[in-house]
Amino acid sequence: MSSAEIPVDPLALELCALSKTFKLGGGMLHKSRTLKAVNDVSLRVPRGQVMGLVGESGCGKSTLAKMLLGLTPPSAGDVLINGKAIVNANQKALARHIQPIFQDPYSSLNPRQRIAQIVGLPLRIHAIGTPKEQAVKVEEMLELVGLPKRAAQQYPGQMSGGQRQRVAIARALIMRPDLVICDEPTSALDVSVQAQILNLLLDLKDEFGLTYLFISHDLAVVEHLADRLAVMYLGQIVEEGTREQIFTAPRHPYTQALLASALTPEPGLGVPDIGLGAGQPDPTQPPSGCAFHPRCPVAQPTCSQQAPTLSAIAQTSAQATRHGNQARVACHFA
Amino acid sequence: MSNLSSAERSTAPASPLLTVKQLRVDLPVAKGTLHAVRGIDFHVERGEMLCLVGESGCGKSMTSLALMGLLPRKAQINADCLNFDGVDLLTVSDRERSNLRGARMAMIFQEPMTALNPAYTLGNQLCEALRRHQSVSRKAAHDRALYLLKRVGISAAEERMRQYPHQLSGGLRQRVMIAMALMCEPDLIIADEPTTALDVTIQAQILHLLRDLQQEFGTAVIFITHDLGVVARIADRVAVMYAGEVIETASAQALFQAPSHPYTQGLLRCIPTPGKTLPGSRLQAIPGVVPNLVEKVDGCAFCNRCDQADELCHTTPPLQTVADGHLSRCHFAHQLSNPAQLNAQEVTL
Amino acid sequence: MAHTLSSPVAAEQHLVGSWQSRLLRSTLNNRSLTIGLLIITSLGIVALLAPWLAPHDPYLQNTANRMVPPIWHETGSWTHPLGTDRLGRDYLSRLIYGTRISLFIGLVVALISGLIGTTLGVLAGYFGGRVDAVVSYLLTTRLAMPVVLVALAMASLMGGSMLTVTLLLGLLLWDRFAVVARSATQQLRDAEYVQAAQALGCPLPYILLREVLPNIAGALIVVATLEVANAILLEATLSFLGMGVQPPSPSWGLMIAEGKAYMFFQPWVITIPGSALFILVLAINLLGDGLRDLSAPGGRNE
Repeated sequence: MSSAEIPVDPLALELCALSKTFKLGGGMLHKSRTLKAVNDVSLRVPRGQVMGLVGESGCGKSTLAKMLLGLTPPSAGDVLINGKAIVNANQKALARHIQPIFQDPYSSLNPRQRIAQIVGLPLRIHAIGTPKEQAVKVEEMLELVGLPKRAAQQYPGQMSGGQRQRVAIARALIMRPDLVICDEPTSALDVSVQAQILNLLLDLKDEFGLTYLFISHDLAVVEHLADRLAVMYLGQIVEEGTREQIFTAPRHPYTQALLASALTPEPGLGVPDIGLGAGQPDPTQPPSGCAFHPRCPVAQPTCSQQAPTLSAIAQTSAQATRHGNQARVACHFA
Repeated sequence: MSNLSSAERSTAPASPLLTVKQLRVDLPVAKGTLHAVRGIDFHVERGEMLCLVGESGCGKSMTSLALMGLLPRKAQINADCLNFDGVDLLTVSDRERSNLRGARMAMIFQEPMTALNPAYTLGNQLCEALRRHQSVSRKAAHDRALYLLKRVGISAAEERMRQYPHQLSGGLRQRVMIAMALMCEPDLIIADEPTTALDVTIQAQILHLLRDLQQEFGTAVIFITHDLGVVARIADRVAVMYAGEVIETASAQALFQAPSHPYTQGLLRCIPTPGKTLPGSRLQAIPGVVPNLVEKVDGCAFCNRCDQADELCHTTPPLQTVADGHLSRCHFAHQLSNPAQLNAQEVTL
Repeated sequence: MAHTLSSPVAAEQHLVGSWQSRLLRSTLNNRSLTIGLLIITSLGIVALLAPWLAPHDPYLQNTANRMVPPIWHETGSWTHPLGTDRLGRDYLSRLIYGTRISLFIGLVVALISGLIGTTLGVLAGYFGGRVDAVVSYLLTTRLAMPVVLVALAMASLMGGSMLTVTLLLGLLLWDRFAVVARSATQQLRDAEYVQAAQALGCPLPYILLREVLPNIAGALIVVATLEVANAILLEATLSFLGMGVQPPSPSWGLMIAEGKAYMFFQPWVITIPGSALFILVLAINLLGDGLRDLSAPGGRNE
């Protein structure tokens, strides 16, 4: 609706060699350590698609999300939204294009404000419409996310987790952004409510033509939602491809282990023995070479010396090599 | 498989390790009394893995705390029977209970950091867990701790014994907790969401380990979780809880193949399952919310969310036997358990 | 456009009243809060209505009627229910007017110090880093000063008066506000609703005043009650030492100071203002305790 004149870039989001380094500790007496939370990440998210982002806690997913939202500046690299760099864009302009939905519906809503205030906040901050028009829009939005009218006058404390997440979705979408960062939006919810929220997210995506960056550790949810998938390990993307590519033929040993450890409700299969070492590495002292090699079941001597680059997999099928369907993997033996 | 072997091991009609009948837990809250657990029945056989599964607020954690005697002081606990291997847990003295805890019943919590004392080394805590209950030498305790740490897959165990809890990652801490629970070779371990805080790869490893050890030591485990994937993979038997009641009990196979309560069926339809649900399609959600347990619940607690409820559901459904060892608290359990009927329903839905 | 896309969540039953009515109910259930509130409200009314409640002019000296004992003595009389002081001034009237001084100083000091402390604490907690270092330095410096000594020294330099005492205490008692505001803000800084506001491009004052402040207000109000009590006691101390409110003002501390020469033979000249001080400070502390119970965690998802 709003982007009628803007030439539409086929990519909603593009990350170019994005890095974020934190300095940890460091006082007068001891040296500070550096933590490469996000390390040289490049990713292209086509418009209208759902890009899943999976990885363990501490792999840099959330830092990446914060950089996209403009909450923390990148140490290096660029973020392009609709083909335009955001590094020097002001926060308000950015906010029109990209909005977050957070994990914990209990801490993502200010407990001292009514739902109408929370959902209407974006309109007030950006001075869109008169107070009356804003109220109408808020009402429409609440209805759209499946909340009753009287919810507008309630406080978050009076709502269930699922209802709160609906409020958070309404707040994120009321300004019609192009891109929504969903940071584990259902992991704090019960399964029966999770299904309601996932359905809602899919419906709204079609309704508004949204692009999602969907961060999750639940592979079943990601497989259900995502068109493409990127797997992160220790701040780097180790594999990226379409849902079919990743789920049917994962190339990276870490992706394979992740898929193997997803427990589907099928009795009789037992718990898989995934054969990863126990130790998660200290992110401030990443292993040499391939960061995954200490846990990798198929590691070779080269893996500890040489870091593999994220490169395109040679595809035999012509269809897969088409633009955007390129799969990439960072492993010497993929 | 494991079900069979454990059944074979316990010869003759041995009584169950734990029998719970009509357990009720009431908690005073600001607006009245929260009926957190509303008369539940279940039993645990020796050496079996029973999963208590349910959503938040269904009373599964309250049940485990009631068994361990760890409920808040103001909570009221009632039961017709709460029998742990001949000991009545309702009337047991504090002293006997603390002898029981750790020695014969152990607990593994969701967040191991709160269960481990940050001021003592791991070796210290492991040995203490054993020496509190058994008169063994320092050396013997140390050896057993070392053996168990190695057994739960901790490398450089000798070194780890001298470390403090904060020096370990979440996965390692949970391994230490498992070793600690096993120190006295308890008959029953209650594990309350032990892998919920962990990453998927670590979760798979811990579950694998727990299942291995449980079969090796013949320990019975009550595994509390909300994750049906986990349940399917590790449980011998499953008890599904909803709104403070056990609404369905069955072997894991039977529960997932022929669920006989609308809530269980709904839960199984909710989760996207690769190969079964079409990616990007709408999921079957359970509409509505859980009833408020502060007020009295009349009839079937699930009837306000159930698409098959009728007049009959305003009366309390009896626990019906659907098949051998498969119980369901639904008026229509028999119709629901019929697979042909179920398929027909799925087509219409 | 306005059609519903997903099944609306069914009505839920656990919505019993708004938070205001819940607050009222838990207030009435809290005994220390009720008692504290009751005493303070009545003292507040006394302070406001002092000119109408006081039977005499508190400054009017009557040398013929010096040291009249209070009513419970055999020689007491109803013209001076609490007796008179060494200058023949009516003790009850002085006590009533003294309420004004105590409450005024308590409230204004808490206001000034609250403003300073909260501002510093919120900024330090929100920004962290260098701002935090500077505020922490100021805080340590402030904590290293003994309040009474500094106040005494400053008051003797500037000359004691109600204004000086109020300003001095206001500039000295902000430490607890700063500590509490700082740690509470640190916890909120990463709250997802604060991040959501940041991601919307909300201006900084909005985030601090609307998102952060209302959610740390509970803790700050508890501190404020403690500081009101603290300020009242310190005012009494300084007045007693002659560096606070100056005679002939009927400050309770000053009344105790003026009576100290007579305390062995006419103990009531000290016990009456002393008890008044005790009751007021106790009531404020009860109120503070009750408020702390109210704002205690656990009310998130009842």
